Amino acid sequence: MATRTTTALPLRPPAHQVSPRAVRWWQLRDLITVLVLLVPQVVLEIVFGTGWLVVTAIVTAVSGAAYVLAVPPLLFRIHRWEITDEAVYTLSGWLVREWRIAPISRVQTVDTEHGPLQQLLKLASVTVTTASAKGPVTIRGLDAADAAELARVLTETTQASVGDAT
Amino acid sequence: MTTELAVETPWRRLDPRMLVVTPLGMAVRLLPAFALVLITGGGTDDRGRLIGTGVAIVLMVALGVVRWRTTRYRITPDRVELHSGWLRRQRRSVPRDRIRTVDLTAKLEHRLFGLSVVKVGSASGSSTEHHGLSLDAVSRAEADLLRRELLDHSPASVPVAAAAAPAPVEVLARLDWSWLRFAPLTFSSLAGVGVIAAAAFNILTDLGVNPTEIGAVDDAAIRLSRGPVWAAVGVVAAIVLAAAVVGAVALFTERWFGYRLTRERSGEGSALRVHRGLLTRRSLSVAERRMRGAEIVEPLLLRAGRGAQCRALSAGLARDAQGGVLQPPAPRAEAHRVAAAALREHPSEITAAVLRRHPRAALNRRMTRALGPTSVLVVVAFVVGALVPWLAWAGPTSLVLLPVAALVGWDRYRNLGHELTSRYLVSRQGSVARRTVALQRSGVIGWTVRQSIFQRRVGLVTLEAVTGAGAGGYAVLDLTAADAVALADAAVPDLLAPFRMAPSVDHGKTADGGSPSTTFSP
Repeated sequence: MATRTTTALPLRPPAHQVSPRAVRWWQLRDLITVLVLLVPQVVLEIVFGTGWLVVTAIVTAVSGAAYVLAVPPLLFRIHRWEITDEAVYTLSGWLVREWRIAPISRVQTVDTEHGPLQQLLKLASVTVTTASAKGPVTIRGLDAADAAELARVLTETTQASVGDAT
Repeated sequence: MTTELAVETPWRRLDPRMLVVTPLGMAVRLLPAFALVLITGGGTDDRGRLIGTGVAIVLMVALGVVRWRTTRYRITPDRVELHSGWLRRQRRSVPRDRIRTVDLTAKLEHRLFGLSVVKVGSASGSSTEHHGLSLDAVSRAEADLLRRELLDHSPASVPVAAAAAPAPVEVLARLDWSWLRFAPLTFSSLAGVGVIAAAAFNILTDLGVNPTEIGAVDDAAIRLSRGPVWAAVGVVAAIVLAAAVVGAVALFTERWFGYRLTRERSGEGSALRVHRGLLTRRSLSVAERRMRGAEIVEPLLLRAGRGAQCRALSAGLARDAQGGVLQPPAPRAEAHRVAAAALREHPSEITAAVLRRHPRAALNRRMTRALGPTSVLVVVAFVVGALVPWLAWAGPTSLVLLPVAALVGWDRYRNLGHELTSRYLVSRQGSVARRTVALQRSGVIGWTVRQSIFQRRVGLVTLEAVTGAGAGGYAVLDLTAADAVALADAAVPDLLAPFRMAPSVDHGKTADGGSPSTTFSP
């Protein structure tokens, strides 16, 4: 898989990585998806005994396992974030890599979000919204305590900057 | 009613004439249903029908009264507030400093009574705020007063004073009836077919005539069915085409009759105002200080006819096809002229700027993206043709798609372009619908750079300028990675700079002989 240097985008990657527990989170999430696909196949095979469903089930299980093992660590290596006095800067995505930059002066709201899986692993996502419908910058898989602190600092910074941010 | 504490601004009601207009509007909308009941209910006795109609009328009048009684609005120094609803109460509030557009719409029933609907469009604030609200309806004089009061949000503005001095008006564009020739070239011509067909069918059924029972039509149908196939197809095509042209012309007239683009000064700011409409009169006002740019839209047919249409980029505009249009489909030069007049820039500084071409790799990508899916389609067609005997023609016929796709891909590449002018970021893309966007650099509130694995292999990225206006983001497709960063950094100084790597970075296998990054100088 390509590493960061071959992207050739002359931007340095953001300074911080997300919580290492995010790998577990993504693996759990993907595992659930794989199970949702796999279980009906197995059940149908047991009920009807078609034979060919065994093949598809095995293919699903193997490719699913490969995905669960390989992709989340990769995501962890790619996902990075940074907050300076001027801007929020994130890098995310596996097949489509995405760099997002939003100036602090244009930030309107800061939200933290904990899904059920994230709560289990004490993780959180922070979403920074600007005036644009396409502007929100989300940092996923942060340590819950770090996320709360980050949201607090961001809210303070944005309240300090004047203007209506549009 | 609830008691309001410590509030000086009194609540206002909608115009009392709405007591008549609301039921009338409902009745007009229910007319087809009424007609249906009257026609199909032929068997039932007349008294039943009379009672049904009576109940419907009473219901509509009652709804009108409830609606009028429960709707209140007020304009405080900071906000516009609207409370409405009876069983489901709604409270809407828009901060005045976020108001960007005011749209006055008067449908026929409103015009008969001298009323107008006031739609206020605002920049999206926090998620708890609405994107605007609509007062349906107030008197025309009140609407005009509100328009001026709301767009000019200097805090000390006194409505009475604003009304006293008529605002100086500068006319930027007027309707030229020769533009009617562009009407059939727009998508509305497709809608035109439907309108004509529906109208014709309605009139015929209203008269109680079955089209197949008309002698001439029946006769023609029989003759066509006996003649060669191509003749039948030709005649039908001609009829559809004629319907499309007539329908498009009718729609154009309804939409653009009396079109005028003006600039009105009021208080501190000024606003662009588009007047238009034959039956439904509309006037859209856009606060000029908050406009973020302009967009020239050229759907394929319109482009072939050397026509174009200019739209404003601002927050608070409708997201539909008509949102923010500043003019009817017009000659290309006129579209650029209107964009320039609206933004007070020279055309070459905005939408008519000479654009930078994109690297060769972008052509490959456009071609792959056009031909790839088409090839799959062709293969599927051949497979189906081989399996199903009577579909054997599908494979060879589908080959026609390949050159078409190649042409579209090539055209998409040819249209790709971008340039940075002194105050605007200009970019163009698209083939079936070509769009040239001039976005104010000061209106850019962030950047998104995307790179798919296919783009990564050839060193391209897609750069999206994030903005509060219009679609929220405008993309520049398939730039080299280095150019994208240089462009973003030059367009909005200081935002990207802390994250840039030294310019001497190795660009890998981006075999691009094009412009070095330092060429982006305003």
